[in-house]
Amino acid sequence: MTGAPPEIPGETSEAKSGTTAPGDPPSWRLTLREIVAGNVLTAVLALVLAVIVGSLLVAVTDDEVREASKYFFSRPGDTVDAAFDAIWGAYTALFQGSVYNNRVDDPATAIRPLTETLKFAGPLILAGLGVGLAFRAGLFNIGGRGQMLLGGAAAGWIGVKADLPAGIHLVVALLVAMLFGGLWGALAGFLKARTGAHEVIVTIMLNYVGFYLVFYALSQESILQAPNSANPKSLPIQDSATLPRLLGDRYTLHLGFLLALVAVAVVWWILNRSAFGFRIRAAGENPEAARTAGIDVGRTYTVVMLVAGALVGLAGANQVLGTVTSGVTVDLDAGIGFDAITVALLGRSRPLGILAAGLLFGAFKAGGFAMQASQGIPIDLVLVVQSLIVLFIAAPPLVRAVFRLPAKEAA
Amino acid sequence: MKLELRNITKRFGSLVANDSISLTVEPGEIHCLLGENGAGKSTLMNVLYGLYQADEGEIVLDGEVQRFSGPGDAMAAGIGMVHQHFMLIPVFTVAENVMLGNEQTGFAGRLDLDASRARVREIADRFGFHVDPDRLVEDLPVGVQQRVEIIKALSRDAEVLVFDEPTAVLTPSETDELMEIMRQLRSAGKAIVFITHKLREVREVADRITVIRLGKVVGEASPSASNAELASMMVGRPVELTVRKDAPKLGKEALVVRDLTVIDDTGHVHVDGLSFEIRAGEVLCVAGVQGNGQTELTEALLGLQGRVRGSITLDGKELVGRTVRQILDAGVGFIPEDRQVDGLVAGMSVAENLMLDRSHGSPFTRRGSLQLKARDEFARRMVHEYDVRTPGIETLVGKLSGGNQQKVVVARELSRDLRLLVAAQPTRGVDVGSIEFIHKQVVATRDSGLPVLVVSTELDEVVALADRIMVLYRGRVVGIVPADTPRDVLGLMMTGETPEGAVA
Amino acid sequence: MTISAAPTTTPAEEAPTVVTVVSRKAPVVLSIFTVGLALVLLLGSHDGDTTFRLSTRDDLFQLPAVTVPAMVTAWLLVVVMAAIAGWSWALTLRERPTPLWLVALFTVAALVSFLAWAAAGGTIPVVGLLGGAIALAVPLVFGAMSGVIGERAGVVNIAIDGQLLAGAFAAALVGSMIGSTWAGLAGAAFAGLLVAVLLGVFAISYHVDQVIVGVVLNVLVIGLTSFLFSQVLAPNAAELNSPPRFKAIEIPLLGEIPVIGPVLFQQTAVVYLMYVAVAVIAWALYRSRWGLRLRAVGEHPKAADTVGIKVNRTRYRAVLLAGAIAGLGGAFYTLVSVPQFNREMTGGAGYIALAAVIFGKWDPIRATLAALLFGFASTLQGVLSVIGSPVPSQFMLMLPYVVTVFAVAGLVGRSRPPAADGVPYVKG
Repeated sequence: MTGAPPEIPGETSEAKSGTTAPGDPPSWRLTLREIVAGNVLTAVLALVLAVIVGSLLVAVTDDEVREASKYFFSRPGDTVDAAFDAIWGAYTALFQGSVYNNRVDDPATAIRPLTETLKFAGPLILAGLGVGLAFRAGLFNIGGRGQMLLGGAAAGWIGVKADLPAGIHLVVALLVAMLFGGLWGALAGFLKARTGAHEVIVTIMLNYVGFYLVFYALSQESILQAPNSANPKSLPIQDSATLPRLLGDRYTLHLGFLLALVAVAVVWWILNRSAFGFRIRAAGENPEAARTAGIDVGRTYTVVMLVAGALVGLAGANQVLGTVTSGVTVDLDAGIGFDAITVALLGRSRPLGILAAGLLFGAFKAGGFAMQASQGIPIDLVLVVQSLIVLFIAAPPLVRAVFRLPAKEAA
Repeated sequence: MKLELRNITKRFGSLVANDSISLTVEPGEIHCLLGENGAGKSTLMNVLYGLYQADEGEIVLDGEVQRFSGPGDAMAAGIGMVHQHFMLIPVFTVAENVMLGNEQTGFAGRLDLDASRARVREIADRFGFHVDPDRLVEDLPVGVQQRVEIIKALSRDAEVLVFDEPTAVLTPSETDELMEIMRQLRSAGKAIVFITHKLREVREVADRITVIRLGKVVGEASPSASNAELASMMVGRPVELTVRKDAPKLGKEALVVRDLTVIDDTGHVHVDGLSFEIRAGEVLCVAGVQGNGQTELTEALLGLQGRVRGSITLDGKELVGRTVRQILDAGVGFIPEDRQVDGLVAGMSVAENLMLDRSHGSPFTRRGSLQLKARDEFARRMVHEYDVRTPGIETLVGKLSGGNQQKVVVARELSRDLRLLVAAQPTRGVDVGSIEFIHKQVVATRDSGLPVLVVSTELDEVVALADRIMVLYRGRVVGIVPADTPRDVLGLMMTGETPEGAVA
Repeated sequence: MTISAAPTTTPAEEAPTVVTVVSRKAPVVLSIFTVGLALVLLLGSHDGDTTFRLSTRDDLFQLPAVTVPAMVTAWLLVVVMAAIAGWSWALTLRERPTPLWLVALFTVAALVSFLAWAAAGGTIPVVGLLGGAIALAVPLVFGAMSGVIGERAGVVNIAIDGQLLAGAFAAALVGSMIGSTWAGLAGAAFAGLLVAVLLGVFAISYHVDQVIVGVVLNVLVIGLTSFLFSQVLAPNAAELNSPPRFKAIEIPLLGEIPVIGPVLFQQTAVVYLMYVAVAVIAWALYRSRWGLRLRAVGEHPKAADTVGIKVNRTRYRAVLLAGAIAGLGGAFYTLVSVPQFNREMTGGAGYIALAAVIFGKWDPIRATLAALLFGFASTLQGVLSVIGSPVPSQFMLMLPYVVTVFAVAGLVGRSRPPAADGVPYVKG
């Protein structure tokens, strides 16, 4: 074979139209391949680049920097110092809020931020696995928010309303969360398989539908709303259904993180060692070839979305039963449904990558709250940095160009 | 206008697609560029047309060195191209396609479609084409679409015309018409480059022949050279143009197809009331110009088509209405016509592709879990038996050459417990060595007593492999004839003439 | 058939055999809606009359209000719906497609039936409802135009939401700083364009998947605008976040036509700008050189390249223009709706606009109609909550999204996106 474009193309499209449609492979597969194949160096550089842009934002919007910049031409050093202070303050706070708080003497307190990071990472990893697994089947699951809401609300419903013995109560709540999240995901997969409805549109729409469903449930006392309350909020979760804390009451880290680790292992096994995973990958890489090889691609779509939705639903349960046990609300997803997309992309849709990306973004989240509290820098900065990381990672040539690295030979 | 290419070199990474190629085409001359698939012909023409930039060498028109940064420059300089895959926009009308990039406009960029219609009619009349400027291109038959391509080039006053594998999609009679058009253009003083790998056409129409192989010019040949001479120049060694095979040992009727009709989602009837049967130990070749229902026929056999009526029985078992999985399990082996699309998952390894249609049950899965050891052992054995040239079984299949990719497909399908082999375009885009290998495998399968259905648009391949030939035209059987039917009769049948009429 | 050197066959002879293939989606969906509405009527029966008011008090020509018995009207219309669904089944069984006008008729019957039931004992201000629908549809229509232009050129624009949000932010900021609505509008267009630049760079130049870029850009814009809002706008709200507002202008004569006048021609300048934009885009896309080339690069970029059209340059221009248009739509939020910016204030309208693009089959006029339908649903929710409807507001709010799912899965039928939509162009 030559490196030149193949001289003989597929003739299926020609048979229909007489002209060839552009024969490029679907671009998002290329993008994923780029993300998957990109080396660690570009990943690190993308991170650096995103952090630099974030720093600029902090510096530019900092009050003291702007004060100093008014006399920039007489004393430019002041501006630079102020900018440096702002940036340093921000990232120090980020670090102290997410890894190790060196401002306190007690080591047990100082490592609290790390446990916070793990706590935030749990649902990010679970939801990221849900999105990533769908990615591997060639499906873009933007429905994380809806699946989390449904799963979380269902878990909350069991957690609040059902009277079950401790232990069993928790297990049932988790299972029901997986069921509801899974069904919500499977709906999109099923519609894609049966009617060809694009999963991106359907999952987005189901996010809103799910939101209003949960909202409705939370405004009906007969379903979930706390009695005699004007707010769309449920009663707190019964103790028997909460995820137990792992390290005692000093730390808020709960069992959810371990669940996430187990899920990483399970998804790894599914993808790499199971026949189902084999079919997922084949359908994701080349659905036509998969179909020709006797794989029921439509069913694979439905089942994969069921599993993906169940994972995301579990993330919802993680929030409701572990992180915020004071009651179900409509914002129980806390943006994780969307964060999961960036986690999956950064983690290259591989379970271990998602684990790493989830930990990183969990740290961002934990640190972001600390940064907001101590430096007054809005946590939205974290969103900016996260999305920039993903953008840069998806475009290695850009990163290489910025850092003037030699271009890799085109594949 | 006289065209000269001087020492054109084009590299893709480490691969040299064109290695210092030189070529001269005089006005009023048809110059044939002959070479195997992947010899670098299309690359060369893409350089000429400004789609690629040459790494070395120059393009000279009437003594002036040209510098093309894109097709627009090449067109402005007087080069027109009739692409192998038509560069027409299916949902545009003929007039819109012809004017695109060269529009006459009125106020605020308003399109002057009347001017374009007039231009289309004028050129069509000059060459005796019948083309309605207001028809959508997607509604036109392939032969007419090609004329739209020619009109497009001529409407831009092209003096050098490049025809890139123009006959692949044409019936023999349409091919004859095209040859006539090329001669007409020659008498009008155009310089014509005709790219092909079909020897017959070359000898019919060429004034001069340049043969290229592996990106290099290997020599010039005269149109009076024999097929064997041209073929061995093209391939670089003597080539067996025929396939050695014994008389078939026919068994009972194994595959029986009755009144098969296949309709697509838009209501187009691709296969229309087809009936035929194949006996054990027999190769039935389906001949016809592409797009006459062959694809849909093979896909219906495998259960890939949704709207199928009629009956397909294999050893007495009905296949219509079953899933692909069930049909594969019933022992149907399938070599799809486009391995990149339907046969292989480029991003998976050789080993994974070798088990692609066996992800259910033993030996490769057990209780839902992959059996990696069994898979790898099997893969190593197949790579050895089928002579797949690969660095290893973990190599991504997309990195292999076309011939080796096809061998992976062939190995996978033939290694199953088969009762029928369906091979669609089994040697398309494959080097000559692999072609010979694959042909031998097809014949061996037939000799092992299986029924074999081969679909090919290459008449040479049909004639070489067939025990009987079925000619399809617009989804219907024109006739099922013996393998020794004369080519001109087959050619006529491919235009829809029944065998009796064709012989007469 | 005779064979000769010159082709003698006419195209009609060569055309492939075609039989009509009809999917059952349309009758199934229509039946589901009919049964669903009948169930609603059964379970939530309540008596009274419904009044449809066709004029506002200060209209020049006053039309009498129409009062009908609620349940009777609702049930009659359900019968009509059932008849249409039955007709659709009959057509399908005879392998004929359900025509679009029938679906439209069904939709109108369903809406009126629902309104008559939901507003029993109350009054529906028809003019206010429709006028409000147009106003609320403004960002959706601009967003949909942005989507149509981008996708027709082969670039999927999921970033519409980001462009709307950026537009809203910039309109508030620039409008407040300069104190002019028009300056705010220009700022909005520029902000939308900036987002489009990012989309272009990543999607066109670096071939990153367009859906991924779009989704991530939306997150980026949310993060960026929220960050700047908290950090800069909120603390200085008086100077930076109090833009002036566009006022409604009545167009003389046209504005006095009964029903249509107050609905269409007593609107703000942004709405009139929307009329012009839709008309110009609809014309230019099909009738101008710009449109021909734009569609060419969206359908078959290589073919366009071979006739000397610079594919990526054409795409960049389309994407930038689309971004600016979506930005204008975003200005609606801060220069018309509420005179200040708030975090995430578009509430995902860009995604609805995207649905309108698909619903409207990539055609400017149809996409506009789809956007208007979504706008109508939102207004309806507001009106019904005022007159006290039996339907929980959450279900009304959910409606456009449910309808979109049904539409994408069923009613749209075989929609054909531009062939190269979403495919980056790589030479060679």
